[in-house]
Amino acid sequence: MSAPGEPNGADDDTTPNGHDGALPEELFAKGTEWLRGSGDSADVVLSSRARIARNLAGQLFVHRAAPTDLRLVLEACRDVLTSANLGTQSTWLNLHESPAFERSLLLERHLVSAHFAKGKLGSERKSNDWPRAVAFGLPDERCAVMVNEEDHLRLQVIRSGLALREAWAEADAIDDRIESGLDYAFSPRLGYLTACPTNVGTGVRFSVMLHLPGLRMAGEIDKVKHAAADMSLAVRGFYGEGSEAFGDFYQLSNQTTLGKSEEQLLGELNDKILPEVIEYERQSRQRLLSKRRWQLEDTVHRAIGVLRHARLLGVEETMKLISVVRLGVCLDICSGLDTPSLHRLMLLVQPTHLQQAVGKSLGQDERKRERARVVRERFAAM
Amino acid sequence: MPVGGTSVGSYTLHSVNCDRCDNEATVHEVTISDGQVLEIHLCEVCAQETGIVSSSPAPVEEILKKIAAGKVAAETAPASPACRACGTTFAQFKQSGRLGCPECYIAMEQQLGPILDRAHQGAVHHVGKVPKRMMAQGGDAPGLVDREIALAAAEARAEQIRRLRADLASAVHAEQYEQAAQIRDRLQLLQRGGATGQASGVEPTEGSS
Repeated sequence: MSAPGEPNGADDDTTPNGHDGALPEELFAKGTEWLRGSGDSADVVLSSRARIARNLAGQLFVHRAAPTDLRLVLEACRDVLTSANLGTQSTWLNLHESPAFERSLLLERHLVSAHFAKGKLGSERKSNDWPRAVAFGLPDERCAVMVNEEDHLRLQVIRSGLALREAWAEADAIDDRIESGLDYAFSPRLGYLTACPTNVGTGVRFSVMLHLPGLRMAGEIDKVKHAAADMSLAVRGFYGEGSEAFGDFYQLSNQTTLGKSEEQLLGELNDKILPEVIEYERQSRQRLLSKRRWQLEDTVHRAIGVLRHARLLGVEETMKLISVVRLGVCLDICSGLDTPSLHRLMLLVQPTHLQQAVGKSLGQDERKRERARVVRERFAAM
Repeated sequence: MPVGGTSVGSYTLHSVNCDRCDNEATVHEVTISDGQVLEIHLCEVCAQETGIVSSSPAPVEEILKKIAAGKVAAETAPASPACRACGTTFAQFKQSGRLGCPECYIAMEQQLGPILDRAHQGAVHHVGKVPKRMMAQGGDAPGLVDREIALAAAEARAEQIRRLRADLASAVHAEQYEQAAQIRDRLQLLQRGGATGQASGVEPTEGSS
């Protein structure tokens, strides 16, 4: 299952009443930057992300370190990060002290990774009390830093639309501010030293969240995946590593971090590869419109019909339907709807956000019922 | 050393006996004097006795560098050298996919080579951002960084010396003595730079490796 927060097993304690109120109220009042639905090529690119992996010099990497070492890392990072201008305001949350519900909310908002939220570091011995934290900026949650994830610091900056250069510029500046207060593990030969050698060098991953329904409907999505693999790019799902694509949303990112500068990587991905993929998707959409317009309109309006009237909706089905409607909005074949509203709905229908909105813990069947109700209400208001 | 002649340097040659004993010669010196080419072939012991190759008077530095580079550990424990800083072995890394600490990159340098090669399409050197502290290095950086800088500089120099020595051997073989003399000059310049500069002594000793 690719949805991050569908409670099962250890995550069954996800209840909106279980947290201690440490999460700021603003978190639910505003949409996050990645859902804004604007920016360059926003018809195809939901968001752009620059992620930087860093470790502290002279410290054991996270999976090898004892809890006492990790607490020292947290302390060292806390002061630096809270004054690193991650936003108008900065928030710091100790995840090892947070309830599962709260961690799951952060995951659904793309502020933390799945294993960071769940307290699992791959197959390692870490448990949920492994000392770790996330710092992020408000109000738009554009910048976030996970402390004691696979690396001591995982900084991400997200921008709406195709804006990898802007995301990198901001991440680079924050990285400089952090570095002025902390010593990074760095080798002139190998660059920034990371727990996994696949990140060594720049420690940077650029990724974009793409919406590719046109290519999927045209049966060309596998071609894109193969081409991406040939260019050493990774294709992942909506919630990153280990998740599957649902609703035709795919994350595309660089895999090589050694031997290419950040500028070279940007030049390849932002200036060469992505414009081609975007154009490819747009052409597929236009072909659908010109050759199979009625089928396409039917598909889009059926999706709207289901979303407006269904009484039970699973998260995966909802995402697929919203994806089809989003395509219709981008191609102007349905009126009265807009992409930012659809994006907010995509977040709202996630299991934990849904329970947060309803204000109580829900079983799987109840969630389907409540999800359908919330979607109906939202569509009625659009 | 020959007096009054121009030594074009030492190079490696195969299957020639030492001029002083019957051991295999591993050091070969070619001298041009008054247009005459004089070749001397010696084994390592005789070369040291005659002063053509001086024995390393203080190998400690080199040993330390080898330890720092994980080479000694790799030689003595070929299966799975442990990082001396955190104790992580290569076998453990293979299992978890994660190294134990920044020093592991040095301790497991040889084993990580093919992995880095595969993951990064053959790239072996970082290109890109460098911490500002590093750029304005004033000597207060932590030990690992200092050593890494020294190692990186030494590695680059040693590689250049290796290449020049190979070129010199080829030139002498081809009896292109003018070219050989030029290469020798560059080699000497580089070695002098190394002697006055940093991290001398990591280049391989001729005939001893």
